[in-house]
Amino acid sequence: MTSPIAGGVDCDLHPAVPHLTSLLPYMNDYWRDQVTTRGMTDLVSQSYPTNSPISSRPDWRPAQGKPGADLADMRKQALDRFAVAYGICNPLYGVQMVFSEDMQDAFCRALNDWLAKEWLDKDERLRGSIVIPTQSVEKSVAEIERCAKDSRFVQVLMLVMGDMPLGKRAYWPIYAAAERLGLTIGVHAGSAYHNPPTSIGWGSYHIEDYVAQATAFQTQLTSLIVEGVFARHPNLKMVMLESGFTWLPAYLWRLHKFWRGIRMETPWVDRAPLEIVRSNIRFSLQPVDAPPDPATLNRLFDHMQSDELLLFSTDYPHWQFDGDEVLPEGISPDLVSKIMIDNPLKTYGRLKQTVTQEATP
Amino acid sequence: MNIQFRDRPESSASVSVKSAIADCDIHPARATATELYPFLEKRWHAHLEAYGKQAYHGMMEGPPYPKAQPNASRRDAWPPEGGPQGSSLSFMQKQLLDPYNVALGVLNPLASGQGLRNQDLAGAICSAINDWQIEKWTSKDKRLKSSIVVANEDGISAAAEIRKRAGDPNFVQVLLLSRNVEPLGQRRYWPVYEAAQEIGLPVGVHAFGFGGNPLTPSGWPSFYIEEMVGHSQCQQTALASLVLEGVFERYPNLKMVMIEAGFGWAPSLGWRLDKTFERLHSEVPHLKRKPSEYIRDHIWWTTQPMEDPERRDHLFETIEWIGWDRLLFATDYPHWDFDEPSRVLPPGVSDANREAFYLGNAKKLYGIS
Repeated sequence: MTSPIAGGVDCDLHPAVPHLTSLLPYMNDYWRDQVTTRGMTDLVSQSYPTNSPISSRPDWRPAQGKPGADLADMRKQALDRFAVAYGICNPLYGVQMVFSEDMQDAFCRALNDWLAKEWLDKDERLRGSIVIPTQSVEKSVAEIERCAKDSRFVQVLMLVMGDMPLGKRAYWPIYAAAERLGLTIGVHAGSAYHNPPTSIGWGSYHIEDYVAQATAFQTQLTSLIVEGVFARHPNLKMVMLESGFTWLPAYLWRLHKFWRGIRMETPWVDRAPLEIVRSNIRFSLQPVDAPPDPATLNRLFDHMQSDELLLFSTDYPHWQFDGDEVLPEGISPDLVSKIMIDNPLKTYGRLKQTVTQEATP
Repeated sequence: MNIQFRDRPESSASVSVKSAIADCDIHPARATATELYPFLEKRWHAHLEAYGKQAYHGMMEGPPYPKAQPNASRRDAWPPEGGPQGSSLSFMQKQLLDPYNVALGVLNPLASGQGLRNQDLAGAICSAINDWQIEKWTSKDKRLKSSIVVANEDGISAAAEIRKRAGDPNFVQVLLLSRNVEPLGQRRYWPVYEAAQEIGLPVGVHAFGFGGNPLTPSGWPSFYIEEMVGHSQCQQTALASLVLEGVFERYPNLKMVMIEAGFGWAPSLGWRLDKTFERLHSEVPHLKRKPSEYIRDHIWWTTQPMEDPERRDHLFETIEWIGWDRLLFATDYPHWDFDEPSRVLPPGVSDANREAFYLGNAKKLYGIS
């Protein structure tokens, strides 16, 4: 087993909203009334059915309630267990699935306030991601600006499967705001289900959706790169969360080859895709979608040709590893320290800032 | 890719590739719009002239994502006698089959009836294309073999067309496209697999097609390059669907070929499927083996567009993870991203693997002696 070292950063933790009613205190009268009089139900996404084996490690599943809903459990099972200095909370509550941008906006605001109050206020190691109502870019930017006043928010969170490819120019004000405010853009597995969850339609199974997440990340990287996001925002960092990473080398060989062949179509792409990924894109460690033998994994790291791409994550409470085996077997101590400490600190500029809250968000 | 077409002497290929090769992805075209008419009932002539071929996208003419050059083809592939690239047998012989010593050329007609919304029209055009392939190509050059194209959204018609060609030595595979109305493992496509297994031909899945779904799970992308790179994502999803729906449990003798979508992604897809299957196997109890084992046993891959990493050991390791016995060399003639046989495989490959890659695997799979 490869032992984790103390003082790391866990870049992908999922605190669970117990129920939509838990957000009522963070909504205004109008939305509180909407939720209650219309009998709205809980927003659990098909991406993570509560009782699916992948949604929680068996020994992390609470006797009752949703996995990841209890801070004491998260401390014991993840924060203390792996002795991290910081843990970044990425709430996966299904607010992106609703179709009204007004409702989405109200739910995102409530979710972000809930995260600050119920989690960030209660453990000083915790940091947050700002969940945004992507159907409205204007409202998204407003929400980013509102939450960014609290320096404990270190990232903006988007789903890998949304309404439009992420490179589309309409989204660029979101990236401008993030770059200006020193926030990374986190892109997490999961779908708003506003489009079929694969590029060839609806499959039959949950396992199919989960496997397809990797292909969604691939199409998003292509979109972000060829639309020119990083030519416009060279300092913007994006983190692919729960994306897997063993697909990256072969994907880049293909993208690079086509870019060389038809770069006349996107002349604003000012660097090779490979270079853009190395400077601007990072990947969370879990799930390690590699075979269990260390030799193959080390060949894959060699294919990636960089030790700066991976950021430590437990993906708590999702079931990606057993026991304390959060780090794959056979990686060097030097790589462990890069993955756990150096790479995350370089990626998340706000982690090193002193905590400031200009106003309660 | 990036073929240097200006200064290449016509005979250069024969100098560097002496041995015979198989080209497992050649695209034959019609010289004129009406070339198919002799093979089509009269009612369809009038129909085509009035309504055209209505696909699952909005364009009456041309593809939704404009190609980088006319017909996505090499600029030197226009036949001297006129007509689009790939429409002349004599020019194909002169430019491809003779200089590269192609012993087996597998034809994959892309502009057929596949992907049309009117299933009667789709079936009629596919059947006509199959007759046309014999008449214009395979009966005239014995090196060429055809693929049976079928109206795959209509399983009954597709299966009938496949059975109609049973035992015909002009045909060596059944051809599907990767992007359809539903992922390819879905039951509406099972009659195709059943019929193909019955007549003993592999099913090729060529990148491309429009099935009405946005090309990414986040909607429609902007650029041709996104469509091109995206073929590998569509193909991964189609293959995952085939495995997870249990197609290879149901049709244990079925062989499939992933055509023109790359192969570098195959190991990672297998690992990801296996890892997720460890957690979620209770959802798919019809699977009796690890997903990657079905892929290893049932899937072959054409090489073009060949992945070319900076370091050749990365390429060789990737091929070893897939299996040297599973790759089928292809040029994609006459398309612009043509792979030159003499350049795709770096030095350092054993003679046996080289022979398998260029010819042996294809002869074995397609039953050519």
